[in-house]
Amino acid sequence: MRRVYLDNNATTPVLPEVLEAMRPYFSEHFGNASSIHHHGQETRAAVDRARESVAALLGCRGSEVVFTSGGTEADNLAIFGLANFGLGPGEHVITSTIEHHAVLNACKHLAKYRDEYRDETGCEVTYIPVDGRGLVDPADVKRAIRPSTKLITVMFANNETGVVQPVAEIGRIAAEADIYFHTDAVQAAGKIPIDVNKIGCDLLTISGHKIHGPQGVGALYVRKGTQLEPMLYGGSHERSRRAGTENVPGIVGLGKAAELAIAGFERGDDLKMAAARDHLERELLEIEATGLNGEGATRVPNTTNIYFDSIDGEALVIALDLKGLAVSTGAACSSGAIEPSHVLVAMGLRPDRAKASIRFSLGKQNTAEDVDFAIDLIPETVARLRELSPVWPKSAVSR
Amino acid sequence: MSGGVDSSTVAAMLRAEGRNVIGLTMQLWNQRRLAGHAGMPESVQGRCCSIDDVYDARRVAETLGIPYYVVNHEERFERDVVRPFVEEYLAGRTPIPCSLCNNHLKFDQLLVVARQIGADQIATGHYAKVVFDERLNRWLLKRPADKSKDQTYFLFGLTQEQLSRTLFPLGGMTKPEVRELARKHNLVIAEKPDSQEICFVPGGDYKRFLEAYLAEQGDRPARIAEEKIAGEMVAGEMVTSDGKVIGEHAGVHNFTVGQRKGLGVATGSPLYVIQIKNDTRQVVVGKDEELYSRTLRACRVNLISTAELREPMRVAVKIRHKHQPAPAIIESAGPDEVRVTFDEPQRALTPGQAAVFYDGDIVVGGGWIENSTQ
Repeated sequence: MRRVYLDNNATTPVLPEVLEAMRPYFSEHFGNASSIHHHGQETRAAVDRARESVAALLGCRGSEVVFTSGGTEADNLAIFGLANFGLGPGEHVITSTIEHHAVLNACKHLAKYRDEYRDETGCEVTYIPVDGRGLVDPADVKRAIRPSTKLITVMFANNETGVVQPVAEIGRIAAEADIYFHTDAVQAAGKIPIDVNKIGCDLLTISGHKIHGPQGVGALYVRKGTQLEPMLYGGSHERSRRAGTENVPGIVGLGKAAELAIAGFERGDDLKMAAARDHLERELLEIEATGLNGEGATRVPNTTNIYFDSIDGEALVIALDLKGLAVSTGAACSSGAIEPSHVLVAMGLRPDRAKASIRFSLGKQNTAEDVDFAIDLIPETVARLRELSPVWPKSAVSR
Repeated sequence: MSGGVDSSTVAAMLRAEGRNVIGLTMQLWNQRRLAGHAGMPESVQGRCCSIDDVYDARRVAETLGIPYYVVNHEERFERDVVRPFVEEYLAGRTPIPCSLCNNHLKFDQLLVVARQIGADQIATGHYAKVVFDERLNRWLLKRPADKSKDQTYFLFGLTQEQLSRTLFPLGGMTKPEVRELARKHNLVIAEKPDSQEICFVPGGDYKRFLEAYLAEQGDRPARIAEEKIAGEMVAGEMVTSDGKVIGEHAGVHNFTVGQRKGLGVATGSPLYVIQIKNDTRQVVVGKDEELYSRTLRACRVNLISTAELREPMRVAVKIRHKHQPAPAIIESAGPDEVRVTFDEPQRALTPGQAAVFYDGDIVVGGGWIENSTQ
């Protein structure tokens, strides 16, 4: 069966060039990057080259890049690293309602003692809502600032809708108030150009496997001078900010993926991807009783999120998977069942529409034929689901 | 696929027949939801929808090489099974959540999803048989070969449409044969113990579950039944059948018809709950012989082997899961209602339970016990 993968916001395939770059670092160049001998020097050099490549993607210096095990660890390091240092009892954090769970649940944990045990010593967290387009209003962020505010963490681009947040404006607000600003750029990296100095952030998260690098590696940008305590204690790896022997093949893969992302921007790949996404989107919105989530906002070029009224998104994802098309809806809970998306609910979408929404996300490997496959398959599948749906008005079909 | 032996073996059997099989597990209830509420343990080891069961089901699907998905039906399960379960107890009845789950979830919602994703039929690990009778031009539900595992009592609500799209591959097998087959297919769950209790009530302690659920709901604006949320609202008197007040009780949900233990009153002879009066919140107690009745009224009746009851019919009627079907006459008593008259008085006819009518191995139909008359 032909299989087409349009779920690149979940993960992306490792590009052949990335795999080739990684390959020597399993058996051939296997040294521990901390070793002083030849083998160690070889891998140390590879890690540092990768660091420079990631720095080039983000517009920062290599010394400001900390490699981690992925986006989740980088988000946690940003939040708890500061928490150990600059955040304490009664201090205040500002975030948004549409963050990834790596940020949301880290913030929830910061506030645990205050919220669950009514203990005044816990941190306080303000969750900034979004409008119907899925956008955080920087004025809301500014209004939420208190004398005790130590950190603002607002994502760069949303994983479900692709909506790009006004991070540069939030960065300016944070700088004026002298508050740390972290942004989770996992879904922005490789899709739109990033410059940490234009954003004005102190901390920024990226993940390898969302940019055609390997799973299990990510990075945190830490602006020079930012006091960050490690979460893991051990050796003095990563300038004592993240202990543990480096995942050298993974880091090399992330570095290569960053280089390819930069080359892609230079070729205008992002514009081509936006054109393919727009084509898919236009065709799907031709189906009756559908709509775009995040309409009217700037979005990353690879993502579209569409609701199909009277449809159970979960059933549509399964039906499409059985026919070879991989897409997604909501967030999978621990059992693998799907829960309604907190992002769409936060945007004020009706609960039935939140459950009827599907995310399509393109990757560099996708071809025009892949998009056509989806365009051919989805209308008939949606029609079948609606025909069998107890809530679809049958008279509307013959209209 | 629950992750248990029965549904796993069904998947293996159908796969071996060369059928195109898709594994589905229903996520119905979050066991952690009530953890720590009103005396519920912090860490609940319930069986329903546990991560371990999903893991088992997924491994079986992987062994068999079939696609497998978990589908979320928590909202419908709470609306159509958990809330009615709680409300029935608060109304002094003794509910059967498994039948509600079959009627509203497994053979309704799940069947819709199954058809939407391209399947023609659903197969489950229930011990029952479904056959098409050419002469009657109807789908029949029949008792299985393994009478000790008979689950037809919980399936009386199935419609002709539902039965026509249902497979019960275990209907001709005994439990030991099913386990043997699971071993033969190298299924990791072949030795997994059977589940017994109500899946969403950990440890089978339904009273504690009710209290925890009500405590949780009490914190919310949308209360399930405004006047019944607090335990004291269901408290009342304990009376004898001739109306004498002999004590008080903390809530009708603590009682089931036929119950002897935990009445909180001491008299010379053994006392049993013989009736629970929802309108006055009185629990009527009496001697064992007062528990026996010859007739009952069954409501919301579903008929399977016949479209209607034109004239009285001689059947055997089962009034609870472990009851030996008793000879009786059934006759129509209005739309969706059937009057049951037993040859011999039956003990503890319990409102909220089902009365299921059998003609030999054939399930004629069934309904919900509304009341009985001595």
